[in-house]
Order: sequence, then structure tokens, then C-alpha cells
Amino acid sequence: MPIRFNQKPGLVIYLTAGDPDLAATHQIALATIDAGADVLELGVPFSDPLADGPVIQRASERAVRNGTKLSDVLALAADLRRERPHAGLVIFSYYNPVLRFGLERFCTEAEKAGVDGVLITDMIVEEADEYLKHLDAHHLAPVFLAAPTSPDDRLERIVKVSKGFVYAISRTGITGTQQQLTSDAEQLVTRLRRFTDLPIAVGFGISNAEHVASVGEFADAAVIGSAIVALIEKSTREEAPSSIARFIKGLRQPVALAR
Amino acid sequence: MSTTQLIHTASTGRFGPYGGRYVPETLMAALEELEHAYDQTQADPAFQSELNTLLHDYVGRPTPLTLASRLTEQLGGAKIYFKREDLLHTGAHKINNCIGQGLLAKRMGKKRIIAETGAGQHGVATATVCALLGLECVVYMGEEDMRRQELNVYRMRLLGAEVRGVNSGSRTLKDAINEAMRDWVTNVRTTHYLLGSVLGAHPYPTMVRDFHRIISKEARKQILEKESRLPSAIIACVGGGSNAIGAFYEFIPDKEVRLIGVEAGGRSTALGEHAARFQGGSPGVLQGTYSYVLQDDAGQIALTHSVSAGLDYASIGPEHAMLHDTRRAEYTSATDEDALKATVTLAQTEGILPALESAHAVAECIRLAPTLAKHEILLVNLSGRGDKDMGILSRELKLQGATE
Repeated sequence: MPIRFNQKPGLVIYLTAGDPDLAATHQIALATIDAGADVLELGVPFSDPLADGPVIQRASERAVRNGTKLSDVLALAADLRRERPHAGLVIFSYYNPVLRFGLERFCTEAEKAGVDGVLITDMIVEEADEYLKHLDAHHLAPVFLAAPTSPDDRLERIVKVSKGFVYAISRTGITGTQQQLTSDAEQLVTRLRRFTDLPIAVGFGISNAEHVASVGEFADAAVIGSAIVALIEKSTREEAPSSIARFIKGLRQPVALAR
Repeated sequence: MSTTQLIHTASTGRFGPYGGRYVPETLMAALEELEHAYDQTQADPAFQSELNTLLHDYVGRPTPLTLASRLTEQLGGAKIYFKREDLLHTGAHKINNCIGQGLLAKRMGKKRIIAETGAGQHGVATATVCALLGLECVVYMGEEDMRRQELNVYRMRLLGAEVRGVNSGSRTLKDAINEAMRDWVTNVRTTHYLLGSVLGAHPYPTMVRDFHRIISKEARKQILEKESRLPSAIIACVGGGSNAIGAFYEFIPDKEVRLIGVEAGGRSTALGEHAARFQGGSPGVLQGTYSYVLQDDAGQIALTHSVSAGLDYASIGPEHAMLHDTRRAEYTSATDEDALKATVTLAQTEGILPALESAHAVAECIRLAPTLAKHEILLVNLSGRGDKDMGILSRELKLQGATE
């Protein structure tokens, strides 16, 4: 399982697969990995992304409209695995597309494609028995969300069934960029640390080098999603891979922290 | 239905395999808090007494059970009774649940209420209860629904609520729920989400049902008083399914009573043209719960259509999914045209103007009554009144030339 964070902080990059189309996502994904992303989250587009802000909603809508399916995302993952054997690959989805595909079939094909982990936005530990059984049988790491509102007993249950890394949500809210990180994130990571040695990645609202550096002070990795998806939305198809690569390299530029 | 067996887990809030909790982790603490607060009120006489007083003195319970003599005579079959939820304050059954959840929110110390609305009846009832209890109120409503239920938008604003238009997806109920969930995830520490149907994650389907159980509690008593026997069937329209489950619930143990839910048949049986989940749907997860969902092969949620905004939704309450699979309840559908015709028939035979949602139940009653013997009884839940639908009715009836 190559979910490994080689630099500190590590970078997890989210892409909505199929936005603007699958061929473009393929090129952008290669550029993302080559620019230093440790883990790539391939987002499966869904018609009703209720945990997402406007940027990822629009990307999802574009990808659904051009017919991107879970099977396409798995095929893309297989290509990426062949071309970049060392990158961490996580499938990121709402539950319904996976259920419709069939949980067991999904796990079988994800393993075959060389996927490392799976994150289901609307899957909580209490509902996860079957899900965990199938992921485990196919050597897929279950990545769960931990929230600032989760009490300690929930955090303990979450880390107990997590593998690969734990995804700590930086604030209450939906995905999208913000000006400043709140103190919620650091408190959550501190609480999680009491229960686990797994790497902890902080996501939601991380959009620039300053955010990444602050996250690096207390967590293992930063997740960048909406800022990347917004840049893809603004770029032409030809320039998208190079602008994304430039942006990702910029995220690791040293900055003076104001804290 | 190969996915059904994948979902058996030990979690609470299950109706057979259906229901459960499929939400972002951020909401879990709030759902647990709500479940706990709700459980406490169940055994709290002070809460129950405050609720019952408001239901009696403010909402207008109990509602009458009206014998529809002229309609019965015209159809020439079963004797027809209407449970008159349309006579409640704000014009529909929705307020039963809003009063209950409003009191709960106060008890939890949440001063901000959010809600979604389709036809606007739940939005109006929520805005009303927030005014009554002194709570801040934000209602999410699809822009398509705001257009077709303009009058209710104005009512909500007059009651002091902020109405936020939603322009994603089909700009109807499903999209309003997505937007309300996004608000809740963001403001979960201060806000209670006053969900308006037996949908969403546990404890909503159970809690909302319990606040509407009073419909069948009263109706069962009333019909026994009037007829000394139970009806042959209960008929109710089903969007999310709150009025139907309220009307069915106390009759579930009475095996001889048929329970008939009527879904929106829309314009045709093609996917996207109706909201008949049991005729075109399959099990899936939407907005927190596992139930029947109208979806495509890739698991994308399908668009829906109904002339009635309150039935225009891609999924159905998980308890209905169980009642369907166990065959305790039957589910049929009425088309837009059936509902419009039923509206005119009821208005002109009984002087009752039903909401377009409830007109779907009336349509099924009109179809079924003539096939039954005169000693049989049909009890139709008239979940709301049609004042809100004047705009649609004047447009649609002109179009169809059905004013007779």
C-alpha cells in the first residue's frame, strides 16, 4: 500500500474525475503526481454532492453531464497505477454510485486497478460493517472523515477502523476555500493524536502555501481540493496540467508564518 | 435488489434493511444529540402536555372526519370519509411535525431553524412555528418550486422567515434538501434542521412519523365511533411519505385494513417524467437514508416531475420501503391529469378544494370506490388544502379544458 507521505507536510490532491473530461483528468493527474502530490484522490462525480461547496458541485455536474461513471474512474485509476507505480491512489465517492455498482464488485475491481484506499463521504463507522469487510478482503484502506464536532469516543472508533491515513476536517462546513484556518483543525488533530499513530491529513478550505505550512506545524499532510478544481475550471484544457503542476509546486514554497 | 442484503448492520433507525444514517461525519454529533433529546421527551409529561396543548389550542386538533355523501353517491360504491388535515392551521398536516420539532429545538437550546420545502406547506408551517416560538427561520426552496408556489413564498416572508432560492439540479425539493444539509453541516452547533418528512438520517424518519401518528390515532377512534367498524382501506398520497405514514400507522396491526399509498405518476412512466419510486426506482442511498430511489445505471439520482411540488421527489421514506416489501401497504400512482380532474370533482361535489398533493389520494379513491360494495368504507387522508395551488390550477385547467 503506497499511501506514504514522504515530505512534511504531505500533499493529498483531490480531482473530480471527468471534469472537464476523462482524458483531461488523466493528463492533470499525471502532472499532479509529478509535481509532488503524495496521494491522489479521484472523485467520483455524483448528482447530489451535499457535502460539497459550489466549486466541486459545478465540477461534479460537468462530469455527470458528460457521462463519467464509476467504471471510468476505476479504469483511469488502473492507467495511473501503471504509469506512476508509487503514487497513492484513493477513490473518493458518495455511497450511492458505489452501491449501485455493487460493493463487492467495486472492491474487486478497485483492487485489480491498483487502488490503495477508499473514502466515502456519507459513510460513518456505525454503518460500515459490510463495507469494511469487503474493503479488507480486497486490501483497500478505509479512509474515514473525522470532524471538529466528533466527540472523543467517536474519534476513537473512527481511527480504530481507519487505514492509510485519517482525514481531519478543518472546520464545520462544506468543501471550499477560505481565508484563514480556524483553531478547530489543530484541536481536532491534537485530539486524534491521543488515539492513533496513523498519518493525519487536514482538509477543507486549504488553498495556499501559507495554509499548507500551518497544517505542517501540527499534522502530517494537507488535502487540497476546491482550489485545484477551481483552477481547472479557469484554465484551458491545454494549459491545465502545467498550471496545476505550478500551483502544487508553489504549495511547498517556504512562507513566513504569522503565528 | 441485489444491494439489499449488503446493508444489514447493527445500527439503529432501521426499517427492515432500510433507513440508517448516511451522512458526513460532521453531522453525527448533532444527530446523536437530537436522538437523545427526542428520546427524553417521549417519557416527559411536561413536554407532552405542552405539545398537546399547542396541537389543541393553536393547530386546531382534533381534525374532523367528514362523510363525503355526494361523492359517495356519485361514485356508487364504498362509503367515503375524509380525514380533514386540510383544516389545520397553515392548511396542511405539516404543522404537526413542526410544532413537535420546534419545541425540541428550544429544549436543545438551538435558536436558529432551517428547513427545506417543496410545495411550501412545510416551509409555511416551519415559519409559523418559528414565529410562535421566537426562533430564527431560514427556508430553502428550489427556484422552480418558488415559481409554482409563489403564494407560499410570500406567506413565509410575511411570517418573518428568510426564503433562500436554490438553483441547482432540477431546482425542486431534492435540491432544497441538499442546500439545507450544506447549511446544517456549516452551522450545526447553533442550528436545528427541521426536516419536513419521514426522510433523512435516523432519528428523522421515526421522529417525524411519531409527530404525525396522531392523524391515525384520531381517525381510528372517529371511524369506530361513527361506523363501529374499521374501514376497508386508508388512502394517502406519498411524497416523502409523512402524511401517509401518519394516516397508516395506528392501522398497521389491523391486517384487514388495506393501506394504499399514492405516488405521483406525473406525465408518463419514462424516467424523469414522474415520481413513482416503487414503479421505476431501486434501493439506494439519498440524503442520509437507504430506501427506494429513482436513479440511473450509474447511481446518479434521476430528475422527477409532478404537477404537485410536494410529491416531486426521487426517494421515499424508508418505513414505506419496508411496508412495500413486506406487502403490508400497497403503492399505486395517479398522473398529473388524474390529480387535476380529482381536484375539480372534489371541489364541485363536496365543496372541498384539496391540495394537488392530496388530490392524488382523491384520484385513487375515485378509481377504487366504484369497484367496492356499498357497505365498505374508504378513509382518505386529505393532507392539505388547495389555496396555494390557484395559480397552477388556473393555468393547467385552461390548458386541459377540464373545467367541465
